[in-house]
Amino acid sequence: MSLFEYAPAPESRSIVDIAPSYGLFIDGEFAAAKNAFKTVNPATEEVLSEVAVADAEDVDRAVAAARRAFESWSALPGAERAKYLFRIARIIQERSRELAVLESLDNGKPIKESRDVDLPLVAAHFFYYAGWADKLSYAGYGTTPLGVAAQVIPWNFPLMMLAWKIAPALATGNTVVLKPAETTPLTALFFADICRQAELPPGVVNIITGAGETGRLLVEHPDVNKVAFTGSTEVGRQIAQSVAGTRKRLSLELGGKAANIVFDDAPIDQAVEGIVNGIFFNQGHVCCAGSRLLVQESISDSFVEALKRRMATLRVGDPLDKNTDIGAINSAAQLARISDLSEIGSAEGAERWSPPCDLPTSGYWFAPTIFTGVTQAHRIAREEIFGPVLSVLTFRTPAEAIEKANNTPYGLSAGIWSEKGSLILAVADKLRAGVIWANTFNKFDPTSPFGGYKESGYGREGGRHGLEAYLA
Amino acid sequence: MTATMLPASDLRSVLRGLPGVDKVGVEARAAALGTRSIKTTAKAAAIDLAIRMVDLTTLEGADTPGKVRALAAKALRPDPADPNCPSVGAVCVYPAMVPYVYEVLKGSGVHLASVATAFPSGQAPLDVKLADTRDAVAAGADEIDMVISRGSFLAGDYSAVFDEIVAVKEAAGPAHLKVILETGELGTYDNVRRASWLAMLAGADFIKTSTGKVPVAATLPVTLVMLEAVRDFRAQTGRQVGVKPAGGIRTTKDAVKYLVLINETAGDDWLSPDWFRFGASSLLNDLLMQRTKLTTGHYAGPDYFTVD
Repeated sequence: MSLFEYAPAPESRSIVDIAPSYGLFIDGEFAAAKNAFKTVNPATEEVLSEVAVADAEDVDRAVAAARRAFESWSALPGAERAKYLFRIARIIQERSRELAVLESLDNGKPIKESRDVDLPLVAAHFFYYAGWADKLSYAGYGTTPLGVAAQVIPWNFPLMMLAWKIAPALATGNTVVLKPAETTPLTALFFADICRQAELPPGVVNIITGAGETGRLLVEHPDVNKVAFTGSTEVGRQIAQSVAGTRKRLSLELGGKAANIVFDDAPIDQAVEGIVNGIFFNQGHVCCAGSRLLVQESISDSFVEALKRRMATLRVGDPLDKNTDIGAINSAAQLARISDLSEIGSAEGAERWSPPCDLPTSGYWFAPTIFTGVTQAHRIAREEIFGPVLSVLTFRTPAEAIEKANNTPYGLSAGIWSEKGSLILAVADKLRAGVIWANTFNKFDPTSPFGGYKESGYGREGGRHGLEAYLA
Repeated sequence: MTATMLPASDLRSVLRGLPGVDKVGVEARAAALGTRSIKTTAKAAAIDLAIRMVDLTTLEGADTPGKVRALAAKALRPDPADPNCPSVGAVCVYPAMVPYVYEVLKGSGVHLASVATAFPSGQAPLDVKLADTRDAVAAGADEIDMVISRGSFLAGDYSAVFDEIVAVKEAAGPAHLKVILETGELGTYDNVRRASWLAMLAGADFIKTSTGKVPVAATLPVTLVMLEAVRDFRAQTGRQVGVKPAGGIRTTKDAVKYLVLINETAGDDWLSPDWFRFGASSLLNDLLMQRTKLTTGHYAGPDYFTVD
């Protein structure tokens, strides 16, 4: 019991009005479907709503609607398309509190993150690409849109991933059919309402819901020109196979097992913050999470001690409480995967530690966890856990740090912590990862391209580079 | 506690060997902690703790015996309408005003702090500074707020600053020594951390941000760096040192943010007036106003709180 206990400070959920059921958003209208599934609040297991499952016929209708809309949408002057995107961005800002609460309800992430990170970035992404719409001829990738984009997004940043997909596609004159993840469909469905509010022409954005089968039908549909997927490497591989031999363009943003490298001259207190942010932000459900801490052996004991002390102050609990640092695990299936890999970590001989913390009795929860004494041979050092679990490894020299950091099938992101600028530049030059942060981590900006090496995928999202994926 | 004696070259290597502070990172962390939402029971407890941590201060050329007596009376009973309202931590005045405050506070448990050592510039010969200190203690001050020579520090003459703190500590005798770093003049967080360690190594009982007489006074990130310093210093030496942000903290909301910083950085052991103080004057009335709001459910106007 601390001397200074924070009283509960819950954000009100009354700002969100969730309907008991949602259909598919096709051609500007919500349409009923034959089957439905339930989406739950992972913090309580309460059913939030029933959502339609799109079957082959529905996918056909959605793609056809996007195809019809493409002709006039792509013919609009860029400045006109920009007006819609700016309008969408402003409506997102106006409705940001509502969307933030909804995101936390459906996803389980803490409200302080959906409020202060997700929603501002979502709006910024639309603003950013709105600005490009009438300047495509200066971007260097041509001005010809591809056509209909099939977009499949994950559950970790539902609305932000939607923005990353839809904003550049629309700015470049494409139309889209987007499928949100089955555990987090609600903010995408609210976004459909925003499209109507912005008077976006029908068919330009279509949102279809469902699970893996719906996603497969969508990406394999013969009339889509472009497939954009963010999710697991396993599914990404299947998509790459199905797209192979077709004329579809493909961009994949897949898994990661990022190294966060702490040198002995690092700004220690800020490095500890960066490690915590790197792995516990969004419950570790982050493809670019810094899930491997590589700390120089000469400071590893004191650094791990400082890390544990900091972890003991993390507040795990109600995602809607404004003081919550770590929310709920998104689904039972994900919780099982995290638990299984953690068991394996212990069984393989790594030392497991979590701070004392009371987890809620209902819902899906996992305490922030670190493993020390991890080696490159441990599965927890090689496989993406996608949860609040950090593996701590040590190194002796910069060369060894680089070697270990690169010794993974993934290559999405990495972090370097040092007060020595020359060391940062030299190490960054040798790391094979798409994004390298120095003395910070998990910093996102719409102007900055994001994407991976190796099994982390290909193509870039964000920045000028993000336009390339949607232009011929 | 006496100073930890080190040759000048070692002192330099100790201070230069401290981990750096990343400006962007520390400011982001302080800003993040500033978003904690402290409501209801937590807010009530925080307000009472903050009141007990106030060093109620007047440091004006226009201070008179009458002014400081009134301030001391307010320190004892901040809210005449509510006997349950705690007293503040201390009253802080210039040395010449100490005798008048002493008459009011003696035996009350409220401490009597005096700035000394040619406050606020510190630009006086050492013997003058020491005489200033001795006089204040002799007149009844049990806490001395000294200023370091920022000039010596910025010139890299760490041992001069160290020796001066040691001398003032000795002159202060039994009085608690708070060492003002004047962080607004140090320029970098690295310097704040080095000056904190320098003061602690030289025997400071408290490290304090500011005189309140330069444009930049206490800030959350500076205080965060100092809290990390006292935390790390205790871990290494076993000796606990207090922290006092001063200047510019005017609202309950500000004060609560500082308490959150303590809570999530140095921890419970510093959540006490023995180890944390606010150097402030107008803060107290805002704390009282918010306290009354919580106990009565409505805001009272400023005329319901004393202006002393």
